[in-house]
Amino acid sequence: MLSDQEKTEIETEIRRYERRSAACVDALKVVQRHRGWVSDEALADVAEILGMTTHELDSVATFYNLIYRRPVGKQVILVCDTISCWVVGQQQVFDHLKMRLGADWGQTTADGRFTLLPVPCLGVCEQAPAVMIGNEVYGDLTPEKLDRILERLK
Amino acid sequence: MERPLTGNMKADGEPLSLAEYERAGGYQAARKALTMSPKDIQQAVTNANLRGRGGAGFNTGMKWSFVPLDGDPEQTRYLVVNADEMEPGTFKDRVLLEGNPHQLLEGMLISALAIQAGTAYIFLRSEYKRAEKRITTAIQEAYQKGFLGKNIFKSSRSLELHLHVSAGRYMCGEETGLLNALEGKRAQPRSKPPFPQVSGLWGRPTVVNNVETLCNVPHIIANGPEWFKGLSRTADGGTKIYGASGRVKRPGAWELPMGTTIREILEEHAGGMKDGYRFRALLPGGASTEFLGQEHFDVKMDFDSVMKAGSRMGTGTLVVLDDRTCPIGALHNLTRFFARESCGWCTPCREGLPWAAKILAAIENGQGEAGDIDQLAMLGSSLWLGKTYCALAPGAMEPLRSGLKLFREEFERHIKERRCSYKEF
Repeated sequence: MLSDQEKTEIETEIRRYERRSAACVDALKVVQRHRGWVSDEALADVAEILGMTTHELDSVATFYNLIYRRPVGKQVILVCDTISCWVVGQQQVFDHLKMRLGADWGQTTADGRFTLLPVPCLGVCEQAPAVMIGNEVYGDLTPEKLDRILERLK
Repeated sequence: MERPLTGNMKADGEPLSLAEYERAGGYQAARKALTMSPKDIQQAVTNANLRGRGGAGFNTGMKWSFVPLDGDPEQTRYLVVNADEMEPGTFKDRVLLEGNPHQLLEGMLISALAIQAGTAYIFLRSEYKRAEKRITTAIQEAYQKGFLGKNIFKSSRSLELHLHVSAGRYMCGEETGLLNALEGKRAQPRSKPPFPQVSGLWGRPTVVNNVETLCNVPHIIANGPEWFKGLSRTADGGTKIYGASGRVKRPGAWELPMGTTIREILEEHAGGMKDGYRFRALLPGGASTEFLGQEHFDVKMDFDSVMKAGSRMGTGTLVVLDDRTCPIGALHNLTRFFARESCGWCTPCREGLPWAAKILAAIENGQGEAGDIDQLAMLGSSLWLGKTYCALAPGAMEPLRSGLKLFREEFERHIKERRCSYKEF
């Protein structure tokens, strides 16, 4: 069951579009903001509000890199693995990240704190290599800088 | 040197508020445009030879002219800004969105007048959080001042403007995929015709323009087409936000006259290669453009000149490949990106891209076989223009096809020696 708060927020999003179903990405994001990810049950509830079938809505939900259909950690580390970050030699930095967290791409740390997600170009190529955590972008990464960032987030 | 797009931006990186933007002359062009007919606005932009900065380079005024303005004046028409900047190696629109969001809003206002659109959407990529915040503030400011909404600038015209924040998928940057995404569907491409100008968002006439394109519009209206053409060193009007990433001394983005040479961008602005690295090749405008080599340093970065040199200007942001990085690895990385981001709608793209990525991975890892180069060349022609539903797969083949020629010896050496010698660096 969606909370009243979630329902209110979804209705607010719907007002910006001419058809209810057009707000589906925004509605999924509302759920994700509150719960961290979008479960089958939540997806069905959202579909009903928008007048879509669950299959229609899931076809959209699974299309996007940043709608999580599986549980994720408290923070998702979006790691750019595209050309501008790759070309400056990101391997060392990201090997360090995986080793420190004890998680591989797509996995969540044992303490449930972080999920590592490789994503396409973050659009901060002048600061390569870069990652994004929450609303923050961290660029010009070195293993040491990455350590300091993770310490601060703990 | 005039820098209309970025000259007024603040040194501390904060955006211009509405008041600051107005003090710098902002929103005067929108007031002027309200006194012009839609056709006059279109004509000014056509004459300025403003070519689409998303990469295709189509004349913007001409693109607008395909919107039917006759018939029902109350008919709904849409203006959509493509701010889904997801082309790898590209970050130029981010500079404009973060530094001066009102410039984009004013460009949208004028462009909406030119096509008589009553509703406009900004389609923004999810990862541009700073831009999202700043655009949201700018939209609120503009509504409060009466520059957006009903009776803008106390005229009879209205414009409702909404921000749509996406959720991360390269395919949404394709014009018709973007429209499907905005309608709440998977961002698969639509067949053309009908073109969006006739049947776009919810079947209504729609124009989709890139951020940088629209940011130029207020300056054209304020200063005229001749002034705009005078900014450029070539026939394409205006300035261009160029950029460079990779192992150069000063990666970044710079507003320069359209037609600035690759050499100037790379050597003067990006500061040349980092110490210890030598130049090998570059992608002139994002991942979906052909590699160019050192012999092309004097090519002017404009749409026609780069085309003549055998590539495309694309987004104008150079991605530089150095001599200590494996070119096969680079091609593998690029092709893997396209394979992941393919929407899966048409078979050649869905099946062909993972196949190409797999062969490249094998060669990179020393498991390449004699027929692999021919196989890649075959994919290069079967995923080419006219054989796929949209331009994603042909775009993916641009670096690959050029790489097969430019890095031929590297391919052969990897296959013959069954190893990648760069991995030892």
